[in-house]
Amino acid sequence: MSEGIVKRFMYVNRKAPYGTIYALESLEVVLIGAAFDQDVTLAFVDDGVYQLKKDQDTKGMGVKNFSPTYNALGDYDIKKLYVEKESLEERGLTQDDLINVVYEDEDDDYAEKPALFVVSKEEMSDIMAQQDVVLSF
Amino acid sequence: MLHTVNKSPFEKNSLASCLRLASAGSVILLYEDGIYAALKGTRFESTITDALKNHTIYVLTPDVEARGMSVDKIIAGVKPTDYAGFVDLVTGNNSVQAWL
Repeated sequence: MSEGIVKRFMYVNRKAPYGTIYALESLEVVLIGAAFDQDVTLAFVDDGVYQLKKDQDTKGMGVKNFSPTYNALGDYDIKKLYVEKESLEERGLTQDDLINVVYEDEDDDYAEKPALFVVSKEEMSDIMAQQDVVLSF
Repeated sequence: MLHTVNKSPFEKNSLASCLRLASAGSVILLYEDGIYAALKGTRFESTITDALKNHTIYVLTPDVEARGMSVDKIIAGVKPTDYAGFVDLVTGNNSVQAWL
């Protein structure tokens, strides 16, 4: 790909998975953005934190479980997933309840490093303010 | 009457409106994103505990499991049910009000 302009894209996820199509659609658009070598950040606030709950099992409901895809984001060079601490706490959740998202650092012998970070609402606010483009789901 | 709630209590006021207006003794089913209200440890636990004094409350377990939530985390007194149980609730009540 030719050298293009790289912008900071943030995808803000505020909806729970499965009840609506937003979470899955967000993931699709995130992967498109990554394919264009943009600087991608994902934010999970409000019910969006439920998208990252581990142990999702959709067999009884008969639809595809798309939560393993979050684990593959590192392969697309997406390594900044921020989860708002206040949204987790209000729902009785901690980081231990979430999927462990990592990426392989090619500059460090492909060591696995964390890609998911729990941040305060103040930190989330700062991260949002730094973006060029914000897409909300 | 059967009341169904399929929206997260954090996102919409469907559950609050249902509880405000459902008559005592009516049955409530939490399904889809409504299941988040049925779990221990959230801001809405006391809301459900209070509602159990006046209502029988069910939660659809396939929707709990799909979202990675444990059936063990369902608030005591809330009855787990499945799709067949959902059908029984619909046929066993003279009318259904869906709180969307």
